Amino acid sequence: MQPLTADGDMRPRWRDGRSMKKVATGFIKPNDRLNSFERLEIYNRQYWYRIKDCFYEDYPGLRAILGEDRFERLALAYLEQYPSESFTLRNLGRRLVGFLEANPRLIKPLQKPAVDMARLEWAHIEAFDNEARPRLQVDSLLGADPDKVQLGLQPHLTLLQLGYELDNFLVKLRHGQALRSEASNAMTQRRVGQRRPIKKHLRPKSISLAVHRHDDTVYYKRLQPAQFRLLSAFKSGATLTEACEMLAESGDLDAEQIKKWFETWASLGWFCEPE
Amino acid sequence: MPANDFNGMTDYGIGIGLRVPHYNHILTEKPTVDWFEIISENFMVDGGRPLRILEQILEQYRVVQHGVSMYFGSAEPLNREHLKKLKRLVKRTNTPWLSDHLCWGSVDGRYTHDLLPMPYTFAAAKVTARKIREARDFLEVPIAVENVSSYAEFHVSEMTEWEFLAEVVEQADCGILLDVNNIYVSSQNHNFNPYDYLNFIPAERVAQFHIAGHSKYERFILDTHDHAVIDPVWKLYAHAIARTGKTATLLEWDARIPSFDEVHNEALKANRYLEAIEEKTAAA
Repeated sequence: MQPLTADGDMRPRWRDGRSMKKVATGFIKPNDRLNSFERLEIYNRQYWYRIKDCFYEDYPGLRAILGEDRFERLALAYLEQYPSESFTLRNLGRRLVGFLEANPRLIKPLQKPAVDMARLEWAHIEAFDNEARPRLQVDSLLGADPDKVQLGLQPHLTLLQLGYELDNFLVKLRHGQALRSEASNAMTQRRVGQRRPIKKHLRPKSISLAVHRHDDTVYYKRLQPAQFRLLSAFKSGATLTEACEMLAESGDLDAEQIKKWFETWASLGWFCEPE
Repeated sequence: MPANDFNGMTDYGIGIGLRVPHYNHILTEKPTVDWFEIISENFMVDGGRPLRILEQILEQYRVVQHGVSMYFGSAEPLNREHLKKLKRLVKRTNTPWLSDHLCWGSVDGRYTHDLLPMPYTFAAAKVTARKIREARDFLEVPIAVENVSSYAEFHVSEMTEWEFLAEVVEQADCGILLDVNNIYVSSQNHNFNPYDYLNFIPAERVAQFHIAGHSKYERFILDTHDHAVIDPVWKLYAHAIARTGKTATLLEWDARIPSFDEVHNEALKANRYLEAIEEKTAAA
């Protein structure tokens, strides 16, 4: 579907240069109030209103970082290259991080915080409704061979390393926002939003996060670097022995501390059978 | 309410669409509602809050599934993965019938997330009916197809919208979810008599009604579901149920959603028409 003009109208020419008036006249009947072009334009507009509306709702953080105008340009470029390939609008942003990395000019000079925010916001979407598999009972590991034990992490849990404290930024921003839901057969109204980017709250600082769901609420849990490495090792399929050896090599192996970490993560239900 | 094969031999009354802003009210106040219609796609997820809410709703209420993305009218075959997800939800909700729209909306794996009007041709009817039958056989639940509101008509159409609807449902041997607001909207946009539509459709196949509000613009009407139902639509509804008998009826309110009570009270206005039908039937 071709994007609209800057004035929100259907473009006068199709991609191959043909007149859209002629194209529309060729297959759509006019009526006594609207010509063929205008009737097709209603659908063209509604497509972009609906799809952008969803994109705006899913990425409030990225929108705040880039500001309204730049976010609008980004949304158009992304959605034109990657229209929805899923029955649900939930998956609309699936390719956004890769798109931003491949098109830095669209987010210059805010590439790093913008890409990080897109990763965080996609992790939020995943955490919201991805599967929660049966929790692994830690007792079941008693007596197991640590050379063979692998720990799976819940599909709703994403591990992230970010260059900014975007977790706090996004929590403040999302506070009070409603959940998205799809409606039946209803048309969408145009939205109006803030126009200026919010840069002053973006302070560079390396952080590690676990984005996860607990009791139906999405949380951003800060992780120490050693915790991040350990969980990442499990995520990539390392055995208990391999993960602990990796920590020992970096001088982070404190058995008591690791036991406490495991207790916390187990209580949050992060562990499950590996796939 | 007349039970028929197309609504799973049920006798549901007046329901409303289950919408996010009303979750807390419904779960805490537990209002008396005959049934809720859910948008299937909102619950075709693997976990999290949507499914938890649905479980809580199912503990108290009857639920019917309504879809927005099956696209029976798209040329491509049905998506098996989509159907599998839908069937998992059907088993969870135990929906007595399932509805989706008589429209298309995807091409080459790209989704418009819109309900696009179809060319009313015999070839399109044949393909659409086959897909409806396939979906019903796979899902093992009666299917009702809903007439959509539209803003465009095609030169290639060989029949009217109501003839096309009848052709499809007869070939598919499926039910109709008759949206009287959509008939009104389309009648205004395409200059036809909505009563011709109502008088033509096979009344015995109507499994359910939709009623809703819309937005009137200078040169066309948009189906926005953000207003109360207007009188001409209520009149169409009264005419329709005079043909079908008392049938499950649902109010859709999807944008600028007011309080639960306001939506429910608007839906319950249908009672005055349903009761009139009942009195007529009793008198006869």
